[in-house]
Formats: sequence, structure tokens, C-alpha cells
Amino acid sequence: MSGAFDILLALALLWSAWRTLTTQDLGRAVVMFIVFGLLMTLAWARLDAPDIALAEAAIGAGLTGALLLDALGHLGRKGGRRRP
Amino acid sequence: MKGHNLLVRLVIPILALVLGGTLVFAILDLAAAPVDLRGMVAARMAVSGVTHPVTAVLLNFRGYDTLLEVAVLLLALLGILAVLRPVATTPVSRPGLPVLETLAGMAVPLMVLVAGYLLWAGAHRPGGAFQAGAVLAAAGVLLHLAGRLPAWVSPPMFLRLGLGFGFLVFLTVAALLLAEGALLRYPPAHAGVLILLIESGLTLSLGLILAGLYLVLAPPPRREDGGGEESGAP
Repeated sequence: MSGAFDILLALALLWSAWRTLTTQDLGRAVVMFIVFGLLMTLAWARLDAPDIALAEAAIGAGLTGALLLDALGHLGRKGGRRRP
Repeated sequence: MKGHNLLVRLVIPILALVLGGTLVFAILDLAAAPVDLRGMVAARMAVSGVTHPVTAVLLNFRGYDTLLEVAVLLLALLGILAVLRPVATTPVSRPGLPVLETLAGMAVPLMVLVAGYLLWAGAHRPGGAFQAGAVLAAAGVLLHLAGRLPAWVSPPMFLRLGLGFGFLVFLTVAALLLAEGALLRYPPAHAGVLILLIESGLTLSLGLILAGLYLVLAPPPRREDGGGEESGAP
């Protein structure tokens, strides 16, 4: 049961990382990055590392996600250009 | 040009594969650690002043690393403050959305409470200054988004003191202990109190620093581009 969960988690991590890097839409990339961070939190929790899981949730997913969204807002104001 | 592109497309993946293979091989080939770190930490938990091994390592056994880590974070924010050109207009936070404002009003007190809990819990279970500081910073960002907290265009003196406070407390403790003998070797009787003191200062400062990364960069809304920026602040 937990083995299947771990495999699914690993696949979802790889999938979200791949989507973060390859998607054309910057907004979607940022959201996928936050999803990646939350999945990473789960992975750390599964690895019995609650300290790192807490830090990842707060800093990796939360604060970095907010900063990236903020940066996206700045980019949008300057002309809304997307990555080619 | 086409041939050059093809070469790049072939060579780069091959180099990446070689690098990846080397790294995997290096990890598989890694010798077992000659010292039993886990055992050493467990053996010295009694004199660390806390009961959670992660906090004991971060604040006591490897306190020097944490000291430098905080210095790096502080330097990052100082770099932003130095590079940023001050904007002439005073920032007025935009009126927030009513739902967001209500949510912020309910969530922020709870977040401050959670930050306090995480700080206190760090001594005996997962938690600690970095996590508590991140929660405080998130509360600051939420307040800013709800229009209750203006962006920091040029932080006033008490804010600057707050940014450096945790690092200065840490440094003072380190300097005082240096006079006793060694850098950051706490006397076992006072280790718990000293760690709590350092962590409290760090929570406040890390919260301000991490929120600052967001709030300093956040521009005042409705800024005139061009003309207003040139005149600058004195």
C-alpha cells in the first residue's frame, strides 16, 4: 500500500518537475513549481524528515511561490510577454 | 548555422549523460562514513540543552554554520536594498479585496501563534527558528496583499535594527563564549536558555528578512514610470 503511494509520489514529482521546465505558459510553470514543492514536502514526510518537510512547505513552496507569482506580476505589467 | 545547432544538440546531451553517469557512479562508489555521526549526536544529547537532535546539531554542535547561514540571508537582503533605487512617491497600499482582508484578519493572528509554537517546539520536536520565521514572513506577505501593510521603499531605522537583531544576538553570544574559551561551545547548564534566546532573535529577524525579500521588491502600485523615477530620493 505505502509502496504504491511512494511510487506514485515519485512519478508525480518527476511529472511536475518536467511540466515546470517545459510548459510555455509562465503562470502555469509557477503553479506547477508550487505543486512540485508541495509534493516534495510529502516526499520528505515519507522519508521521516519532518524538519525538512516543514522548511520545504514554508520556504520552498510558500515563500518562493509567492515571490515567483510577484515576479510574474511585474513581467505582466511590462507587456505580458511569454517565454518563446 | 544548422550544422552548428545539430552539433550542440548532440554534444550537450552526451555531456549531460556522462556527467549524470559519473555522479551516479560516484554515489554508488561512496565509502561508508568513517565516523558514526548519528551515534556521536545521540551520545552528546544530554549536554546540548535541547532534546530534539536536529535543533541540537543546528544550534549547538554546528552552530557556526547556522551563524553564517543567517549572515548570508541578511547579506542577500542588504544587496537588494543597495541595488534598489528609491522611488520618490510614498507607497500607498491599494485597498484589498474584502474577502482577502477578512481572511488576513483571521489568519494573521493564528499565524503569529503558530510561529510562536514552532519556535518553542524546536527544542523538543520538529520546528525551530527558520520555520517559525518563514511563517511570520508569510503573515507579512499576506498582510501586504490584503492592503494592510505598505511595501518598504526605504526601511526606517527600527526595521533595519530588526533585520540585524537576530544575527547580532547570535554574534554577541558567540563573542562572549569566545572569551570563555571556544566559539559557540555553550556551557551545558545554560545551553537551553542560550539556544532559546538565539532562536527567538532569529525568528524575528528571519521573518523580517524573508518578508523583506517580498516587500522591498514589491513596488508601490500606480507608480508613474519615467518622470517620477528620475527625480529619486535625496
